[in-house]
Amino acid sequence: MTDQTKAALPITVRNITKTYGRVFALNDVSLDIRSGEFLTLLGPSGSGKTTLLMVLAGFTRPDRGSLTFGDREVIRTAPHLRDVGMVFQNYALFPHMTVAGNVGYPLRLRGVAKAEAGRRIERALETVQLGGYGNRRIDQLSGGQKQRVALARSIVFEPRILLMDEPLSALDKKLRDRMQIELRHLHEKLGMTTVYVTHDQREALTMSDRIAVVNHGRIMQLANPRDLYNQPANRFVADFIGDSAFLPVQREGSTVSFAGQPLTLAHPIPDAASLLLMIRPERLRLARDITEGMNTFQATVTEVVYQGDSFLLYARTGDGSELAMRGAIRGGTVSGLPATGDRITLGLDPADTVLIDGEEVRR
Amino acid sequence: MTADLNAAGLRRDEAAERLALFGLASPALLLVLIVMVLPVGWLFYVSFVGADGGFSMENYARMVREKSYGRIFLQTFNVSLLTTGLCILIGYPLAYFISGLPTRIANLCLITVLLPFWTSLLVRTYAWLVLLQKQGLVNTWAISLGLWDEPIKMVHNLTGTLIGMVHIMLPFLILPVYGAMRAIDRDYLKAAANLGASPTRAFWTVFVPLSAPGLFAGALMVFILCLGFFVTPAVLGGGRVILVSMKIVSNIELFVNWGAASALGVVLLALTFLILWVASKFVRLEQLTGGGH
Ligand SMILES: Nc1ncnc2c1ncn2[C@@H]1O[C@H](COP(=O)(O)OP(=O)(O)OP(=O)(O)O)[C@@H](O)[C@H]1O
Ligand SMILES: [Mg+2]
Repeated sequence: MTDQTKAALPITVRNITKTYGRVFALNDVSLDIRSGEFLTLLGPSGSGKTTLLMVLAGFTRPDRGSLTFGDREVIRTAPHLRDVGMVFQNYALFPHMTVAGNVGYPLRLRGVAKAEAGRRIERALETVQLGGYGNRRIDQLSGGQKQRVALARSIVFEPRILLMDEPLSALDKKLRDRMQIELRHLHEKLGMTTVYVTHDQREALTMSDRIAVVNHGRIMQLANPRDLYNQPANRFVADFIGDSAFLPVQREGSTVSFAGQPLTLAHPIPDAASLLLMIRPERLRLARDITEGMNTFQATVTEVVYQGDSFLLYARTGDGSELAMRGAIRGGTVSGLPATGDRITLGLDPADTVLIDGEEVRR
Repeated sequence: MTADLNAAGLRRDEAAERLALFGLASPALLLVLIVMVLPVGWLFYVSFVGADGGFSMENYARMVREKSYGRIFLQTFNVSLLTTGLCILIGYPLAYFISGLPTRIANLCLITVLLPFWTSLLVRTYAWLVLLQKQGLVNTWAISLGLWDEPIKMVHNLTGTLIGMVHIMLPFLILPVYGAMRAIDRDYLKAAANLGASPTRAFWTVFVPLSAPGLFAGALMVFILCLGFFVTPAVLGGGRVILVSMKIVSNIELFVNWGAASALGVVLLALTFLILWVASKFVRLEQLTGGGH
């Protein structure tokens, strides 16, 4: 417990810009990362996630901006003096050293005595469940084991900040799922401020305290997974996280209506020139599940797809908007599903009726 | 029954394929037999023929008896080692520098390194003679620049031999070293820095060990080539630096003693194999040929 408070350090990013020619890899990024939090940078390919992480680690020199770890300004500090742990996407384990040699490397650099180093190496390996693997050569390890060794190497010197760039992308799905949980547990145990990069939204939602959605070198939204999914700040975030349909709505004062029908709202209306109604497929209900007070939509079924654990139903509303609805398959449901061409009513709880700013975000 | 389904037929196909491969390789094998195995066998045979035409160990006994032979072998090793060492001192930093350049510029640099390969060995050697002699370009310029006052003797001695040999051998060292360095993922250096290594520390603990196999391969190649080198040391050594190769030549040209020359050749060959064998204990030999990556 006392270790935890020692281990964490807040990170402050202020107005960092990095250009490559005319491309803004980072465009005036400001970000406050709390002490001990697990923050994920999520965004499409080329959005600037790696660049931001490399700026934090000190391998990329930004054009301008400020970066502090705790109250120490580090923007001009050389990488080897920053004392942050990092797990590289390809692990970058030294092939000419054994597992113990790799994990012990940062300790040797810090002049830790041999016996003490040996203990810490073993403890770090045990933390990643590789106790006793010290004498293995790197090329004798599986992908998942390499990933763990890389992790052990980056935590053995107890850095107060840990950076990870898509550390699970090389693993197969089963192992990835397990490692996600393990990384999460490890973070809870060690408590260091962690910045994690991924372009896998499910991974981000599973692991993070907060997620920063990045696009074109800007942070589009910073929120916890729940808020990010339920209350996306703009169309990009809504589109990028989860599936959703967007319906045009009209606003008159405090009334918002779709196809002439006023909507019951549970959330405040965003202050924006143009509004869209965002509908997540799994939030829509079929007729028999609709209860009093829900918003309803009349639609015609265009397709029903069986997906094993669930079904996906596509429908078109009167004004031509496309809707998708996902439902669980339980006993009976399969046969009770509407068929293509049926006219149906879909219900949406006011809490799930989310209005977002419809303005396309421009660079 | 079904457990043996087509087994015999598949085995026959396998055998036929192997036979075909052997058939394709046989001309090359024949050539190797004619130009390599037969001459070496003949060399071996001749070295055991005495003055009277019968079997004799005289050619080998003389090597043990006469002190000059020991000196020559020692000198040969000495010069080869010095050349290899100088090649490492010059070639390793150069390869490091080139390997850090953008690919296009690096390729250009490599071509300049290889350029000497396209000019005759003899021409390059005599060019050094012209450059380094007492009234040569190097001495005249150095004196006019005030670097030294008197012309310095730089040829017909060890200095000249080494300058020439290092120049000829350098590409053989740079190529494998450069190859090994190019193959090093720069992420290793980033990882080292991230773990707390200063650039110097990262260079010595990560970059040097990872490029060591290439360095070893290059150094071994240079050393072995030096052991049998004739033209350059003969011209630039001016008779003051006697190597095994020169002794072989003088045995044939001066004394027409094929037996003695052959015995020297056999010993040199045996030594080379010995060195390769010892080296193979440390590093896989495929790296010499660039394979095994
Ligand atoms: N060294 C570089 N030289 C030129 N442009 C670069 C360089 N590094 C990154 N960029 C550009 O900066 C932008 C951001 O790149 P970055 O690597 O940060 O993306 P990313 O979000 O990590 O993408 P991915 O998910 O594909 O890894 C991209 O447009 C990329 O082309
Ligand atoms: Mg990236």
